[in-house]
Amino acid sequence: MSSATAQADREHPATRGLHLFAVFTAGATFLLIVAGALVTSRDAGLSVPDWPLSYGRLMPEMIGGVFYEHGHRMIAAFVGFLTIILAVWTWRADQRRWVRHLGWAALAAVIVQGLLGGLTVLFLLPTAVSVSHACLAQLFFSITVVLALVTSRSWREQDRRLAAPWPPSRPSLPVLCVTTNFVTFGQLLLGAALRHKGLGIIFHLIGAAAVAAMVFWVLARAAREHSGDAGIFPWALALNGLVMLQLLLGAGAYWIREVTRHAVQPLWPMVVITVGHVALGALILALGVVLTFQVHHRFGRQTSSSFEREGVPVTT
Amino acid sequence: MRFSRSVSGWMMAGLLALSLACGGGDDAGEVADAPEMEEAVVTVDPAKAATITGKVKLDGDPPRMPAINMSAEPDCRGLHEAAPPAEVVVASDGMLQNVFVWVKSGLDGKFAVSDTPAMLDQKGCIYSPHVLAVQTGQLLKISNSDPTTHNVHPLPKTNREWNRSQPAEGADIEYKFPREEIMIAVKCNIHPWMRSYISVVNHPFFAVSGADGSFEIKGLPAGSYTVEAVHERFGSQEMSVTLGDAESKDIEFSYSAS
Repeated sequence: MSSATAQADREHPATRGLHLFAVFTAGATFLLIVAGALVTSRDAGLSVPDWPLSYGRLMPEMIGGVFYEHGHRMIAAFVGFLTIILAVWTWRADQRRWVRHLGWAALAAVIVQGLLGGLTVLFLLPTAVSVSHACLAQLFFSITVVLALVTSRSWREQDRRLAAPWPPSRPSLPVLCVTTNFVTFGQLLLGAALRHKGLGIIFHLIGAAAVAAMVFWVLARAAREHSGDAGIFPWALALNGLVMLQLLLGAGAYWIREVTRHAVQPLWPMVVITVGHVALGALILALGVVLTFQVHHRFGRQTSSSFEREGVPVTT
Repeated sequence: MRFSRSVSGWMMAGLLALSLACGGGDDAGEVADAPEMEEAVVTVDPAKAATITGKVKLDGDPPRMPAINMSAEPDCRGLHEAAPPAEVVVASDGMLQNVFVWVKSGLDGKFAVSDTPAMLDQKGCIYSPHVLAVQTGQLLKISNSDPTTHNVHPLPKTNREWNRSQPAEGADIEYKFPREEIMIAVKCNIHPWMRSYISVVNHPFFAVSGADGSFEIKGLPAGSYTVEAVHERFGSQEMSVTLGDAESKDIEFSYSAS
């Protein structure tokens, strides 16, 4: 361990253990999203009519759709338990106030998410509740990923070199990244509304075009101003790669839904593609949020206007 | 405090979502009761009662129905010697089964509700019959003859949606639909291939085409009617029929398989 790292660890009690636990929680949350998507794709959401118990028991017979629905509940309970530990551990071990608040926000999100999951069962999958449940899952995953990121050693080491010059382009890269995240989340809302029969495909297609345009804009800006920055450019490149893959998966999901429209039961190719589409959507949002945090972390609170004040010419 | 505001915001969003989702539910027809019949019940003199008979044809080669894959469910798979085919399109000799045929318009007044319960069974992890019709307020009994649990989940649009589990050979579920609604899908979320359709009609003049595509609607008063045929995959067709006293007319619906 380098002396700088050792010093960083002494100054930041956020231990390597907390980081690993946050990574594990994020991984379990991703698995939970896959399990949740399987419930919808297998049309198993109401195979267990009651909540919070399943058929009045903690462990029902795992037959048919019950396997998916109760399996989802079991993973959710596990993730809820992990999140309680993560929030308490972060509160005790991390001195940064905003990180501690983020831990509590994760706990609040997972509690609300559990309630939404129960309500969507008890009220027979109302679209608004099912869409809220689907989208809060994506937000919660992003929070756990951010917790994993900011408790990492590399993040804490970066604290010591925040003096990077701020490229004065407008809109600034942080603004672009934040906007991209909002557009991506909006697209996830539209996708969930489509999946839960609240909206037609056209809105989701428009959203896909908007997300693709935004991530490409981010990549172009990153390539122009940060091509040598390992904390920004590769993430922007990966984000674009995932969005391209997502467009293919989206087209595949639409195609296979049409082809299997008259199928008497959910077919595995349809299930795999649609679940992959949901899971990749979660990864794209999380990656966009990670990129945003990386960009903000690199350049702190500097703004273009601060450069103007310092006489640095501002380009657009 | 920013964190508290964040939590409050989520709670408000959740409550708003819930109120949007669940508001406006004014279905008065709980499980037990049908609407009161205040009008006098129309009776038809048997000597003057008219009859509509007919057949439903399917032109062209019927789509091949794949076998249901029950391999993941031994309790269901073990009930069949071979994997049963899906029941979406059942056609033989150019005739179409499981078509719901009813008098859509032309009737006046209220008609007596049948005292005989309509029966829907779950046998071999398949609904039997696949298409069923009842009168509004007529008792529907749903039984489970299988050695496994099912959930019964009708998906109506004007009646109230409900979802109940039914254990292996458990007690019958009894229900009366309070509102007229055609081809309500009924599914089991445990066994996603299971699907049935229930039509709820304000009068007793309906039928479901049999294996030879034939149907019969009898006991009708004289009059001019619109008769509709509805199939889950091929859609609906209408036909005008005028009947005199004690008259019998033969009609034919024809669907295209392409």
